[in-house]
Amino acid sequence: MPSLHALANPTRFLRIARPLTPLLVWAGIALVAIGTWAGLALTPPDYLQGDTVRIMYLHVPTAWLGMGGWSGIALSSVAYLVWRHPLANIAARAIAPAGATFAALCLISGSIWGRPTWGTWWQWDGRLTSMLLLFFVYCGYMALARADAERGGDGRVPAVFGIAGSALLPVIRYSVVWWNTLHQGQSIGLTGSTIDRSILWPLPITLVGFTLFFAGVVLMRMRALLGRIKTEARLRRMARA
Amino acid sequence: MTAKNQRLVLVLLALAAVVAAALLAMSALRDQAAFFYAPSDVRRSGLPLGRDVRLGGMVEAGSIARAHDGVTVRFTVTDGQATTPVTFAGIVPDLFRERSGVVAEGRFQPDGRFVATNLLAKHDEKYMPPELAGKMHETRTLKQ
Repeated sequence: MPSLHALANPTRFLRIARPLTPLLVWAGIALVAIGTWAGLALTPPDYLQGDTVRIMYLHVPTAWLGMGGWSGIALSSVAYLVWRHPLANIAARAIAPAGATFAALCLISGSIWGRPTWGTWWQWDGRLTSMLLLFFVYCGYMALARADAERGGDGRVPAVFGIAGSALLPVIRYSVVWWNTLHQGQSIGLTGSTIDRSILWPLPITLVGFTLFFAGVVLMRMRALLGRIKTEARLRRMARA
Repeated sequence: MTAKNQRLVLVLLALAAVVAAALLAMSALRDQAAFFYAPSDVRRSGLPLGRDVRLGGMVEAGSIARAHDGVTVRFTVTDGQATTPVTFAGIVPDLFRERSGVVAEGRFQPDGRFVATNLLAKHDEKYMPPELAGKMHETRTLKQ
């Protein structure tokens, strides 16, 4: 009984998502505020870049979520193609605009950071170009998913696109390792960080804050998409009756 | 194997193939996707003459010399294996300093020198407060 299964889970999802949404959004905003204040007021400047280094507390979380958003789309696409669970399709569609926004914020904050440090707003190096491509891929995904939904598609085509697009994630990650670029190498790895602890410590706070906020926005959009699907189904039933 | 398991294996294989293709393309494009030539690249494969290129590396310690006209700067770019002398006339970026990264845009001359039309500073991934970076850096940062 696939129809019952599909109906039951969104209901349970909504029951959890409704109270969780404001919680995530407000906790995220609070953490971002605390982390930003700490990053502006409490940490020392960098020996080379001076106060410019503080853009990091915004730039790194936006980059992380720009890429994390696409990982979410790819995982949801896998789940949708394998288990055909409608919530997975809706999750992927809900993540796309949030991920695109954060990818754009990453490009903008990086550009503002690049001008005083590197001496340029933009260069076509491997890291910058691959991140810009990810932003365009997000735009393509949104157009495709929308067209698919409007023409009564079942979401399989955007899901395939979601999996194909993950080719960009290793490119972005390893662009600064394998190619020579203007962008510096990886500061934060699995084993440690090349950023001194006195400068680094507010970064996890803004990172978690932006991530919670991102999750809250995604839940909000998932609920809106579910609501729209429900309304359309009801209108169709009424038109038939 | 149920249909679901079959789909799971197929989708995961597709995902792995996509990522592997990207990684292969990246390593194949290593030379074309490079943002700049390093001095040892130039020594290995010859001077890229007659077109605008970028030269990148570290500014060698003690190599920065300013000419009497006040705008021309001469310095040496090194990547640890080879060095290239660079001439540039203009305003250098704030982060342009010895033992720090630089990317110069310009042209190679037949004698192996590089004439830059623009300089970009490239910093590394180590961020630290001035008191950790030593006295020399501290005075410089505070003066700015």
